[in-house]
Amino acid sequence: MQFERRADVSIPLLVAAPFAAIAVALLLCAGLIAAAGVNPLTAYGEMLKGALGSRLAITETLTRAIPLIFTGLAAAVAFRARVWNIGGEGQFYIGALVTAGLGHSLFLGLPAPIAIALIMAISAICGALLLMAPLALRLRFGVDEVVVTLLLNFIVLLFVGLMVEGPLKDPMAFGWPQSVPVDPSLRLERLVPRSRLHIGFLVAVVAALAVWIVQARTVFGAETRAAGLAPRAAAFAGVRMPRVLMAVAFLSGGLAALAGSVEVLGPTGYVTTTMSPGFGYAGIVVAMLAALHPAGVVAAAIFIATIFVGADAMSRATGVPSFIADVIMSVSLLAMLTALLFTTYRIKR
Amino acid sequence: MSGPVLELNGISKRFGTLRANEDVSFTLHQGEVLALLGENGAGKTTLMNIIFGHYTADSGEVRVHGHRLPPGQPRAAIAAGVGMVHQHFTLAGNLTVLENIIIGSEPLLRPDSHRRAAEAKIRKLSDSFGLPVDPAARVGDLSVGERQRVEILKALYRDSRILILDEPTAVLARPEADRLFATLKGMTANGLSIIFISHKLHEVMAASNRVVVLRAGRVVAERATRETTAPELAELMVGRSVKRPTRQQHATGQPVVSARDLSVTQAHGAGLDGVSFDVREGEILGIVGVSGNGQAALGRVLSGVSQASAGRLTLSGEDISRASPRSLIRRGVGRIPEDRHAEGVVGDLAVWENAVLERIDSPAYSRWGFIRRGAASDFAAGLISRFDIRGATPATRTRQLSGGNMQKLILGRSLANQPKFILANQPTRGLDEGAIAAVHAELLAARSAGAAILLISEDLDEAVALSDRIQAIVKGRLSRPVAAGEADAKMLGLMMAGIWEESHAV
Repeated sequence: MQFERRADVSIPLLVAAPFAAIAVALLLCAGLIAAAGVNPLTAYGEMLKGALGSRLAITETLTRAIPLIFTGLAAAVAFRARVWNIGGEGQFYIGALVTAGLGHSLFLGLPAPIAIALIMAISAICGALLLMAPLALRLRFGVDEVVVTLLLNFIVLLFVGLMVEGPLKDPMAFGWPQSVPVDPSLRLERLVPRSRLHIGFLVAVVAALAVWIVQARTVFGAETRAAGLAPRAAAFAGVRMPRVLMAVAFLSGGLAALAGSVEVLGPTGYVTTTMSPGFGYAGIVVAMLAALHPAGVVAAAIFIATIFVGADAMSRATGVPSFIADVIMSVSLLAMLTALLFTTYRIKR
Repeated sequence: MSGPVLELNGISKRFGTLRANEDVSFTLHQGEVLALLGENGAGKTTLMNIIFGHYTADSGEVRVHGHRLPPGQPRAAIAAGVGMVHQHFTLAGNLTVLENIIIGSEPLLRPDSHRRAAEAKIRKLSDSFGLPVDPAARVGDLSVGERQRVEILKALYRDSRILILDEPTAVLARPEADRLFATLKGMTANGLSIIFISHKLHEVMAASNRVVVLRAGRVVAERATRETTAPELAELMVGRSVKRPTRQQHATGQPVVSARDLSVTQAHGAGLDGVSFDVREGEILGIVGVSGNGQAALGRVLSGVSQASAGRLTLSGEDISRASPRSLIRRGVGRIPEDRHAEGVVGDLAVWENAVLERIDSPAYSRWGFIRRGAASDFAAGLISRFDIRGATPATRTRQLSGGNMQKLILGRSLANQPKFILANQPTRGLDEGAIAAVHAELLAARSAGAAILLISEDLDEAVALSDRIQAIVKGRLSRPVAAGEADAKMLGLMMAGIWEESHAV
């Protein structure tokens, strides 16, 4: 048995790959659920019911998908150009922290929409800088950005801990380590009454559309694709590599920071060191499941959100630990990477 | 010569709709050098990969010494004494020659390595077959010629009696290639049988006993080398008679590009050390030399990928020694890179994207940062028809084009805007006869239209046929120019060896 390169990447297979990957992941995890003593069909049924079974469940799942769309876009944009941004988690927290800090005290004189836009923009810039610095190190000195961005996540989290225990600590929180809240006038409007779903969802979808248009239709998009696929050929054709890659880092870091910003302006209102259940890392899975396509990111983010929201409900109903959600997500990433292999290679006996 | 050592019977292989091999049969006899001649895409490499077990044939069989080889098993081929030397070397640069040779043939989980015995065997092989190489040397430090010897030794170390060489001279300079063929002759005297794959006629005529010609996956002819001629083989290979265009004398004009004491320093490989040259309107200046003598550095600085560290480089009087690729393109420079796969095109982008990538930010192809797809696609369609790029539509993934058609695309996008200066760096390397003739015709047409062309070539025949004047490059320095009419093979050989004094300057 051996692998033979296909004459061309098969587009139908590329579209089928995530579905196959998810099916394989659910099948493998069914074994784990059965090992926990529960009928997998019952468990998956409870999961679906918990995530999509009611109006409230659906809004809850979509709310959960919002930060995942942003971090998924962040990873997809960066990976397209072979900028390995593993720092989505840190950028998320920086975005959240800056938003809380600004939203508590400043901008109160401005009309709310303008203040919100400004806060989001500044948060995004801070997140962008957090990725541009490691990329600059790579471009200048050849420092591996995977290591630097990954380790920065822990540093940022400790910094957030320092801030919410210190300068930004909420004096009204009975000693809980949480930041000062953003002003209620700056919170994002609800999209659906009596739910947590807010207009951040629309912002996320618009961001995905914008990324799609930029990648498919603009000179910058074509240059980033060339830069990612064949750096030497891109440079020969006159693509200004450092500039293009820095712009990619700006976009990617900014999108990840927007996830944190929108999470604070939307459902939570303040920052804690446990507010992200790994949105930054899950964004990488979302991007891969989407085969780095912005439209796929929205769908993949909703899928991952479904698993996580559904797993909580399933855990309450059946007693299977909700960690199964992490397992499903991780296995579907591995299955997707395997599936991607078959879009470029075929097995020959 | 005795019975056949290797027999191919009715081998067929398809990739999708492409028939790579169709009912191919031939035999290899003990102690003979068989040349497998064919254009790129004729199915030579596929066939060798089937013999070696990398691919499985759809039908047909391979017999070694009369025994059928189980298909799809490289190990079985190795065990039967078939060794393969790939066109692109499969060596680890950070390991020594010895380590590279024994890797894979040494059991993985054996604590005691039999290096001493291995080294003795390698020394014995390299002595008896005339393949001098130091087993303790690091492969990364060796020249390409030496690396190829290591590849051959690797096959011999595994007791190969049948050696398959895929385009063995693709990376070698002429003297190294000549030495290789002398070595191969000696090896057949020691009882080895050899197949070498090539599309170069002079090699086939010089080094083989027998020739099998492949065209479009089929065997179209089999000849004893003694009884055939190069023109006959050329016609068999291409399927029609191909003539390379010839250069017509005409007057040249003012210098377009001038270099004065131009130097490039770089971390790896030869740089440039104070070179001076002029390329005039309507002239082709040929730069010849053995590979690795600074051609790459010259190509990079002239295409804007790297900058000069000292000296002057001007285009119509303006300094371009530190110009970027974009600024060169805007000033009317056409550039054909040395390595079309790594630098020329982005294989996974569409033909139309590669066609306009160089000038994608010009108003012709973009507005407000948005690509004008229609205009870009029309431009690509124009290139496809004007430069006869076969198998392509603007939407085709560029990777799917053959090497020759890819080169026509690169040539087309460089020539489309009537450049005043063209850098052609190894423009026909690895191309088949038909494509070479097409590339030469386009370069000569650009010359007639008044372009100044700098041709960097390791192919002496090409340089002499196209160039008005020739300079040799040796260790980053350039000889004085000689007129092509006055340059004979001996003089060029001396120039390439760095002996300028014997050459006449014009």
